[in-house]
Amino acid sequence: MALKGAEIMKKLPKTNCKECGCATCFAFAMKLATGGVKLDDCPYLDPEVKTELKDAMAPPMKLVTIGTGQNAIVIGEEEVMFRHEKTFFHEPGIAVLISDRESESDIGEKLARVKDLRFERIGNVLKIDLLALSNDSGDSGIFETLVKKAYETTDFPFILISEDMDALFSAAAMCADRRPLVYPITSDNVSASIPKLKELGVPAGVKGDSLDEIISVTSQLKDAGVEESIIDPGSRNMLDGIRDQTLIRRAALKKGFRPLGYPTMTFPCFMCQDKYEEALATSALMTKYAGIVVTSLIEKDFIFPLLVHRFNIYSDPRRPMTVEEKVYEVSQPDENSPILISTNYALDFFIVSGAIEEANIPAFLCIKDTGGIGVLAAWTSGKFTGEAIAEFFKKYDVENRVKHRKLIIPGVAKKLKDELEEELPSWEILLGPSEASDIPKFLSEEWKV
Amino acid sequence: MFQAPLEKYPVNIREVVLGLGEKAKKIGGENTFPFHFFEGSLPNSPGLALEVLDMQPENWATWALDPFKDVVSDPVEWAKRGVEEYGAEILCLRLLSIDPMGMDVAPEEAAKTVRNVVDSLNIPLIVLGTGTEDKDSKVLIEVARACSGKNLLLGPVLKGNYQEIAKAALEHGHAIVAQASMDANLTKELNIALCKFFPPEKIVVDPTSSALGYGMEYTFSIIESIKQFGLVAKDNMMLMPVFADIGIECWRTKEAKESKDQGVLWEATTGMTFLLAGANLVVFRHPEALRLIKNMIL
Repeated sequence: MALKGAEIMKKLPKTNCKECGCATCFAFAMKLATGGVKLDDCPYLDPEVKTELKDAMAPPMKLVTIGTGQNAIVIGEEEVMFRHEKTFFHEPGIAVLISDRESESDIGEKLARVKDLRFERIGNVLKIDLLALSNDSGDSGIFETLVKKAYETTDFPFILISEDMDALFSAAAMCADRRPLVYPITSDNVSASIPKLKELGVPAGVKGDSLDEIISVTSQLKDAGVEESIIDPGSRNMLDGIRDQTLIRRAALKKGFRPLGYPTMTFPCFMCQDKYEEALATSALMTKYAGIVVTSLIEKDFIFPLLVHRFNIYSDPRRPMTVEEKVYEVSQPDENSPILISTNYALDFFIVSGAIEEANIPAFLCIKDTGGIGVLAAWTSGKFTGEAIAEFFKKYDVENRVKHRKLIIPGVAKKLKDELEEELPSWEILLGPSEASDIPKFLSEEWKV
Repeated sequence: MFQAPLEKYPVNIREVVLGLGEKAKKIGGENTFPFHFFEGSLPNSPGLALEVLDMQPENWATWALDPFKDVVSDPVEWAKRGVEEYGAEILCLRLLSIDPMGMDVAPEEAAKTVRNVVDSLNIPLIVLGTGTEDKDSKVLIEVARACSGKNLLLGPVLKGNYQEIAKAALEHGHAIVAQASMDANLTKELNIALCKFFPPEKIVVDPTSSALGYGMEYTFSIIESIKQFGLVAKDNMMLMPVFADIGIECWRTKEAKESKDQGVLWEATTGMTFLLAGANLVVFRHPEALRLIKNMIL
């Protein structure tokens, strides 16, 4: 929450010692308020005041880490209710649910399959992030076997789920070096859990049947020094889940209400009639603020749309989406295939490459880096001119990819045609359609080697 | 006791009526964000429409075609299938055949097809051209006349043809879809231009839709910002219900053509995302995508 410089000033030693590098305490306070210096830069701050200021200046929603190293999943510190107001920052973790009541072979198969749920899309890896291991057997030994197996055969971070506190914490101790999330911490078990959470240094998955109950649990945890929690408001249908997460985020961001200033977790796996509904509920809950979604889905056709959905919603609207500059091969072209050129504005790329695929005519799609701006603007600013494209042709050795000498350019770039005829004299420049949706028709009717 | 931070907004999205009589469907009317039943009133559920083409589809995935494959040569039979078998309460007839780059069917003929469909059912009908301003305008004027008084929803009405189409819609008692691509300011500009002579309660806005993986987030955020301009900033020209035509976009993608499950989910996920942003009327292509959404939100 933002603190004003004047409020910070009141807490400082006011000795103007300059050891922080600022001329006066007042200057330090002003800089601290805008993030220009760190609290630790002041060597004479009373520890209590330091904690107080740190809390007051902390982001309204806590950052929480599950797992360690490169597989760690970091959620929270969101700043807005609507992505167009800034952006959503930390993609929600998608956790695949595995129960210790499933057979050994089912578990083995699931663990293997989850690892394969990993896809590349325009240079980004889309994948499952976590395993939610659930103790439904009522037996702590069976639960430990599951956790052990998941620990040994995968490197996913875990969410450990058990109503039996002994089973929960002995499993957590087994994999504490992976920093699992332990769940559920409730008003009934919070006091007993606190020493164990602190000892293991793991985040708490807080569950309550009402926001009041959650507030009481997160407050107790915070007072005891357990800083990282994730809230499950207990909703077990989609619309309740959306309501609860909306209110929690609003309380945190708009009211600065600390006890709800944590990311949330939801269980679409317990909300639905079938797996189609579950896929939809999962995507809806990610759109509306979930920090973690726990799903029972594992089939590629159900998981892939979710991964793409998350990637879309968490893309930064402040930056034009771009794709890498290169010559893309759409549907395995050969030396007689058409060559088209466009900008690296991601939306253009998707639409054009999609249209080529739809045409069912393999092609080379040259994507020129224009800083993510579209054809006409890029032409005006010199990034998509005859000269720039001639350079691109040289750099990527386009001439040697095909036997023909025909280049298809976007239909809106009429002036570009003249420029290119001058810069690439051995090439015939074909003005393509103005709308990408007309590309299939254009290719099927006009393309002849 | 914790007091939940509820928010009230001082205005309502305009209510627009589609169709006539008992089966007419109202959309809009809410004074809060989508599904916020806990803090506002949403008198009308979103309109969920099923798409019908006026000609045989080309390049559709087998599983997209399957539900209609024996009726695709007859828009009337296709429409009946949508209503009787798949429970559609709104249909969207897309006049693909009028495309000047394609079959270029004459306005009178297209209007006759629309009239036949209208006469064969008693549920609300959306009629869409192909987005070619001149041709759409000629066709939709003819459709407006041929179906006078039927309260169709005609579109897309664009910057270059809004006057002619809106005039015909006004004269013959139809509503319109005002389309401005991917920019909330353009949506507002077109609404202002229209409202000089056309009733705002007969306008639905279309910021144009992109599919999951192909720019979905742009549409999502533009719908959300239109709703925010309306509800929070009380902008009178941003209170029209929002239209999302998703089937055509989703089923174009290679992902939808890869498998049936993925295709249905591609469309349903896109639809759900736009409903969460605030779309009031969504056009689906696959009956299973529509049914899924219906089961979950109604």
